[in-house]
Amino acid sequence: MPLLEVKNLRVEFPTRRGTLTAVDDVSFHIDPGEVLGVVGESGAGKSITGAAIIRLIEPPGRIAGGQVILNGRRIDNIPLDEMRHVRGKQIGAIFQDPLTTLNPLYSIGRQLVETMQTHLALSDREARARAIRWLEEVGIPGAAQRVDAYPHQFSGGMRQRVVIALALCAEPNLVIADEPTTALDVSIQAQVIALLKRLCREHGTAIMLVTHDMGVIAETADRVAVMYAGRIAEIGPVRDVVKHARHPYTEGLMGSIPALTHKVARLTQIEGAMPRLTDIPPGCAFHPRCPKVFERCRVERPDLMPTDGPNLAACWLHAPARGAREVGHAA
Amino acid sequence: MFAFIVSRLLQAIPVMLTVSLISFSMFAYVGDPVAIMLGQDYTEAQRAALVRELGLDRPFYVQFVVFLQNAAQGEFGLSYRLARPVADLILERMPATLELSFTAACLALVVGVPMGVYTGLYRDSWLSRFFLTISLIGVSLPTFLIGILLILVFAVILGVLPSFGRGETVAIGWWTTGFLTASGLKALILPSITLGMFQMTLIMRLVRSEMLEVLRTDYIKFARARGLSNRAVHFGHALKNTLVPVITITGLQLGAIIAFAIVTETVFQWPGMGLLFIQAVANADIPIMAAYLLLIALLFVVINLIVDLLYYAVDPRLRGGLRAAGGR
Repeated sequence: MPLLEVKNLRVEFPTRRGTLTAVDDVSFHIDPGEVLGVVGESGAGKSITGAAIIRLIEPPGRIAGGQVILNGRRIDNIPLDEMRHVRGKQIGAIFQDPLTTLNPLYSIGRQLVETMQTHLALSDREARARAIRWLEEVGIPGAAQRVDAYPHQFSGGMRQRVVIALALCAEPNLVIADEPTTALDVSIQAQVIALLKRLCREHGTAIMLVTHDMGVIAETADRVAVMYAGRIAEIGPVRDVVKHARHPYTEGLMGSIPALTHKVARLTQIEGAMPRLTDIPPGCAFHPRCPKVFERCRVERPDLMPTDGPNLAACWLHAPARGAREVGHAA
Repeated sequence: MFAFIVSRLLQAIPVMLTVSLISFSMFAYVGDPVAIMLGQDYTEAQRAALVRELGLDRPFYVQFVVFLQNAAQGEFGLSYRLARPVADLILERMPATLELSFTAACLALVVGVPMGVYTGLYRDSWLSRFFLTISLIGVSLPTFLIGILLILVFAVILGVLPSFGRGETVAIGWWTTGFLTASGLKALILPSITLGMFQMTLIMRLVRSEMLEVLRTDYIKFARARGLSNRAVHFGHALKNTLVPVITITGLQLGAIIAFAIVTETVFQWPGMGLLFIQAVANADIPIMAAYLLLIALLFVVINLIVDLLYYAVDPRLRGGLRAAGGR
């Protein structure tokens, strides 16, 4: 049984000019201990998907449809009171900017103790000892002395380590990491990702890693979901998505990554920009930019479908029989 | 910490000197104390003797230094009108004003902060809208009008509360208190509501806007993502982060409450310093005005110092700011 199953998730933002659909019919699953990467451009809906799972979408945004199932139990419709026991305890969260995610007025030890005592039956002394152990685990030097230090006394990288400790300290089964390294110095990014991956492996925690950094995904993830304009364009094992992308958008994305191993005159570029939520084109949202576009793409929206590899892709190129003929025809 | 206090105290010195100079200038240049003290009939010799006696023939700076020396010892001379030492008069009136101000400030905080938190958390509920409407009235109605309305309703129509005075007081040493008698407490109700109303609505609106701001921050979202209870998130994480501006404003407002209790004291004939001051103004009783000015300045300086110390207690970044420079 998968640890987390998201089925046909739909997130809407009602605005004065009509309802915007930020996440549209998104389905995926995460197995226990697995690392699922979610990539896409800004505004593709990847962060909102993560926020929707833990029900922390900024109002007026709301889950308008679909199901989120954790360990066989629906969590998208339970009261917020019960949701509180899911957050932290079963699903941890890591946010983008460690400079703003820690409460500046409380010592990091207090924030750890508070989190653990909310979810686990621990005495003050046990909780404090565990807080120190967690700080050691995430590699804070002199943890025993620094447990009473305040967030501003740490560097950005160190703070993100503290955030990781906070996300993991109640031993959740899943961590949703929303761009955990984007705000960090490039030299520290790799360390923090490696730390997150190591800790999760040791504790058997699955990760949903939201990022726009394909490099991070390629190194860390087991499987990857590529999002475009609020939908999943392609999902599959990381190696297949990176090396043998089945969706033209993923292909373009991979082609735009510079490589050290071989020299290219010019990186591939996907023409145009991702549509805004207010004017998503009919049919496949990617069709105006797609180099392989054909008639069906303009009128009918593709759902995820099997391809000739292990990936699923939302692209008519992979439609059985009829689609194959049309591809041949179009080419 | 100690160095911090000392530096703040040193900064207070120029402030106090400046106010002293203004206060002294009132003595020297507003009206002619000699003429006031001598009355209608006097000889030139009497005038010259009095001028010499008061030291008015000495140079300006010498007079100022003497004034400072006296002020430092709480010596402000005699009231022109009441012919009693100003220091005694002020000390006599101080308990009334401080008790009234203290009650008003407590009222403003105890009612204002929870209302601010509530309206910040549930900004669309009808109760929040009701509070906001009330607060608009509190902010916009002038103090004397609120006082008169309260007197009309509770003293004249309902007749349940006294409309003026302090009621019975009990003397504890030189301090007289109205807290210990029923009539003293009853007399305190209307003036303290009048005095505290504006501050209460101000604090409420401040807490509300700060709460709205803080609730949007990442660390609140992260606190929720960690599964903390609403109570812990709202009152632990959010409220504490609104405190720094609230302390600032409350501190300044406390000074304002004491300094500007004048209007309320006049409306309720409250026997405090404000009433003393307004009578002094009416009679051009310069020594009282000068002493009052200095006292209020001192009060603001002390309150500001306390506010700074409270920042220190609330926000570790200020404490750390001093340490982190070397400690990192």
